[in-house]
Amino acid sequence: MRRAEGRIAARDRLLSVGGFVALWWIGSRVAASASLLPSPGAVAIFAWRECLNGALPRAFGATLARVLIAFALAMVGGGCIGYLAGRSPRANAWLDPWVAIALNLPVLVVIVMAYIWVGLNDTAAVLAVVIAKAPTVVVTVREGARTLDAGLAEMAAAFRLPRWRRMRFVILPQLLPYLVAAGRGGLSITWKIVLVVELLGRPDGVGYMLNLYFQNFDVTGILAYGLTFAGAMLLVETFILQPLERRANRWRSDV
Amino acid sequence: MFDVRIERKAFVAAGGVRRDILRDIGFSIAPGEIIALLGASGIGKSTMLRILLGLDSAFDGHVRHGPVRIGTMFQDPRLLPWLTVADNLRLVVTDGMPSPDLGVLLDRVHLPDAGGLYPRQLSLGMARRAALARALAVSPEMLVLDEPFASLDPRMTAALGAVVAQWSRDTGAAVLLATHDLAHALQLATRVLVLAGTPATLAADIAVAPGGAAAVLDNLKSRFGFFRPGGDGLPVAAAWD
Repeated sequence: MRRAEGRIAARDRLLSVGGFVALWWIGSRVAASASLLPSPGAVAIFAWRECLNGALPRAFGATLARVLIAFALAMVGGGCIGYLAGRSPRANAWLDPWVAIALNLPVLVVIVMAYIWVGLNDTAAVLAVVIAKAPTVVVTVREGARTLDAGLAEMAAAFRLPRWRRMRFVILPQLLPYLVAAGRGGLSITWKIVLVVELLGRPDGVGYMLNLYFQNFDVTGILAYGLTFAGAMLLVETFILQPLERRANRWRSDV
Repeated sequence: MFDVRIERKAFVAAGGVRRDILRDIGFSIAPGEIIALLGASGIGKSTMLRILLGLDSAFDGHVRHGPVRIGTMFQDPRLLPWLTVADNLRLVVTDGMPSPDLGVLLDRVHLPDAGGLYPRQLSLGMARRAALARALAVSPEMLVLDEPFASLDPRMTAALGAVVAQWSRDTGAAVLLATHDLAHALQLATRVLVLAGTPATLAADIAVAPGGAAAVLDNLKSRFGFFRPGGDGLPVAAAWD
């Protein structure tokens, strides 16, 4: 039953993607000029050529590295701060104004200031992304930490469970839905911020290439790089994050 | 083994008023003793067990004991829902403890096939038995059980009572069980502690000799007079205060 539902969902997803490509193709046929909206085929051929000459994999690698490093730092740092804020009202009183400021600070301001203060380098790029992303992780994990089951904490204390075992088996499983929610939303936000960071001050990466093609008004190049990277992130979400989420929630439905 | 002295334990009630719950309670627990802690619902039995377990340190007094392994069972099972029953048992076994035979433990509590099940797949009674197996998994020298036989049928209550008594006999473990099931407590216990009054004090500390449950029951009736005539041995809550 569950497998059949999964097959139907997969088919619907494929049909949805097919519908998007079809709409795009129709749009390219009615557009005033092919240079304004090239067809899916033209973009695919362009992306393939960029793959063959090595430009696209190089840009991809640079951007992916920044995304993964920034994402990991934002998740770990934001997760730890969120847990602390959720468990300690005093820590929360100190941290809450900082989080509120960080949440409301325009990403562009963070990026520009990081480049000015740290320099036009990768450290500044990653730092800007972490500062922009971590507050949302803090807020999500803080909610999770506030709802931790006090009875289970007492059980762990009564059995004198070692600190690591408490964290691994009692606390983290309760936080996992919140971490996965922060992660799923976080990845898409992170890579979009990384592109802006690259566009503003890096000599490589997908964001840099988008800037290059934008200066030449080359829509085919912009779509080839933008959509390829979006597709890659979709694959990461579908084949890594979603299975992780299903695995984390297996005990809820395994009845 | 355990030396307990609670001068005063208070809660802050609504409006910021401190209300004493327990006062002037002192007793010790020796290896091999099975002590039934009796008292009406809400009188402070669970609070006292939490103090013994080191979960509540906000009281005047002390709880002194050597490095004993303590197995415990709360009123609700408190199994981790994301672990199977077997993994819940494995979780509490830490370095330096003898490794238990989980199959034997689950057999003892009449859950021979439940090791691979998740807690959501168990009835409340089964979950309580799994919680008892978890308490035994640490090879306890002291068992602290809070209403261990609630929501079990009489046959299962008797069976699990026998498991606890057997464990105490085999290993010399002390047992402290809070209950308001007087009839069952007297079948199992070698000693009875009674909490009564407001705030609760230790109103009685009576040894139960083998075959002497009836005499203890008479003693409690004459001193407290709170048992339903011809009833099931459950105390009438109001009469405890």
